[in-house]
Amino acid sequence: MALAIDADLVPVDRLSRARKLHLLLFGLLIFVSLGSLTTGATGVALMDVLWKLLQGQELSQVERIVLFDIRIPRLAMGLMVGASLAVAGAVMQGLFRNPLADPGIVGVSAGAGLGAIMSIVLGGLLPLAILESVGRHLTPIAAFCGGWVTTILLYRVSTRHGRTSVATMLLAGIAIGALSGAATGVLTYIANDAQLRDMTFWGMGSLAGASWGKLAVAGPIMLISMGGVMFMGRGLNALALGEATAHHIGIEVQKLKNLAILAVAASVGAAVAVSGGIGFVGIVVPHLLRLGTGPDHRALLPNAALLGASLLVGADMIARVIIAPAELPIGIVMAILGAPVFLWILLRQRGVVDL
Amino acid sequence: MIKAQHLNVKLSGKSILSDLSFEAQPGHVTSIVGPNGSGKTTLLRAMTGDLAYTGRVEINGRDMQGQKPWELATVRGVLPQASALAFPFSVVEVVNIGLQGGRSGQSSTVASAALSRVGLAGYAHRPYQELSGGEQQRVQLARVLAQIWHPVEDGEARWLFLDEPVSALDISHQLQVMNIARDFADQGGGVVAVMHDLNLTAMFSDKMVLMANGHIKAAGPVAEVLTNDHLSSAYGCSVAVNQTPNDPVPFILPQAAVA
Ligand SMILES: Nc1ncnc2c1ncn2[C@@H]1O[C@H](COP(=O)(O)OP(=O)(O)OP(=O)(O)O)[C@@H](O)[C@H]1O
Ligand SMILES: [Mg+2]
Repeated sequence: MALAIDADLVPVDRLSRARKLHLLLFGLLIFVSLGSLTTGATGVALMDVLWKLLQGQELSQVERIVLFDIRIPRLAMGLMVGASLAVAGAVMQGLFRNPLADPGIVGVSAGAGLGAIMSIVLGGLLPLAILESVGRHLTPIAAFCGGWVTTILLYRVSTRHGRTSVATMLLAGIAIGALSGAATGVLTYIANDAQLRDMTFWGMGSLAGASWGKLAVAGPIMLISMGGVMFMGRGLNALALGEATAHHIGIEVQKLKNLAILAVAASVGAAVAVSGGIGFVGIVVPHLLRLGTGPDHRALLPNAALLGASLLVGADMIARVIIAPAELPIGIVMAILGAPVFLWILLRQRGVVDL
Repeated sequence: MIKAQHLNVKLSGKSILSDLSFEAQPGHVTSIVGPNGSGKTTLLRAMTGDLAYTGRVEINGRDMQGQKPWELATVRGVLPQASALAFPFSVVEVVNIGLQGGRSGQSSTVASAALSRVGLAGYAHRPYQELSGGEQQRVQLARVLAQIWHPVEDGEARWLFLDEPVSALDISHQLQVMNIARDFADQGGGVVAVMHDLNLTAMFSDKMVLMANGHIKAAGPVAEVLTNDHLSSAYGCSVAVNQTPNDPVPFILPQAAVA
């Protein structure tokens, strides 16, 4: 009996262990990033390029284009999208007080994707004045609005008296996904060829379109919302005890909820706008971290950003080399990696995640 | 002191409390009793700022309405009737979440002191979700105690609001928890507790408030509230209050009640 209890003990001071993990994950991030810069369809070897840079030699035209216009923006995009999706997942789970809440699974990505597609196909119908003032920000803004409306809708539908019903949340996610799919289907009939190509890309998710231009638009949104979220750790911890208790402990619950919803919508919207629907990052990363170092959001959120970034860049590397010279959409790679992990999580936690 | 005046609370369009007034003094354990659905939890939740109300609630002379959650959190702790925990925190992590809301900040001694206070000294690193119902209730109490560790701070009383703190506990832990409340009041703090067990209430309270149908039926010292007439009309069954010869604390035997 005593043995059984001992075996169940939680490690003493998990928080400081989780904080030590920051460094380890940062190392992983550097490692994966270097790997990503050096692998690819063209045989530009990073070591040679670095060597040349160090010696002050001129890079060849090809080397410069591959490095500065293709690999580096793509790496930066992968890092930011991966971090955003993982952090958005962790925040949503904290907000819904539920480990199954994930932007992909409950339809936030679908909502953001619908917004993006609508802006691609119908954007031309907007008054010229609006088009000129938002310019290339139109798609990220539309994706953000789609994600925002979806998150608010989800929260309204599935949360009563400060409690979230998992079943309702998942069912609402299915409905939103179906609606978004249907709307996308309708839009395919009015879209022209170029728009159709863009839309297919949304469906599968890819980092292939990464460019400095896209990064300039979406990057700041992702960075700002991630930065803001890092201050929500204590509030989300308190929220785990229920909204009323969080309020008793001194948290401004309504403000926290509004900011969390805004941050989720902004980071998912921006991520979807540049990379389409990439699933499973938001659920797998926080879950693994909780298993390893506990649920304290103060350490979980930064760790999720680091691990999410590494995971997505790693998956992107696989996507680029596995059928080289062609390239697999990264959404497919993430699904192949993530879905089994997700199922394994469900199996392990059947008791905890009760509907 | 806690002062509620002309409180009105509506839930889902239904008036639950109307024109109710309530007072609690520092140094006292003030217990709220009454039948199920009489509005005890609603009254408590209005006074802790969880429900919208009209009227006025004062804590230590300050209107509650104008205060931020973190200001209130340093003055009063709240133990709700039921709690849930979303993620697999350990016992001490739960207590620490409460600790950070109060003034004792990061002090790690407070969390373990609070846990020993509720008789859970060896439980610090157990997963909260694997504890029994009564153990979980005591962890929640430890969380509240850690938040409001000192009964008096800056010469001002601090408050514990407890909704049925002993409902899930065995008799020895019932006594332990009631003694914690008693000590807190004896050291100058104030306690407002919603109770069902009339005998425990009589033993440990200074003041009692008897509610029925969203109204206060009687309020005052225990002996004045705990009378046959008041109890029978509030609970709708005839209850006989007894007294031992040399102990002024009244007691009630359920066997003597006639439905
Ligand atoms: N959200 C709500 N909407 C409508 N009515 C409610 C709501 N919550 C509570 N009530 C009603 O308010 C009344 C008082 O409820 P309250 O929870 O205050 O009772 P209580 O005295 O604490 O009962 P118990 O002893 O069972 O805890 C009950 O009749 C209940 O049905
Ligand atoms: Mg109640």
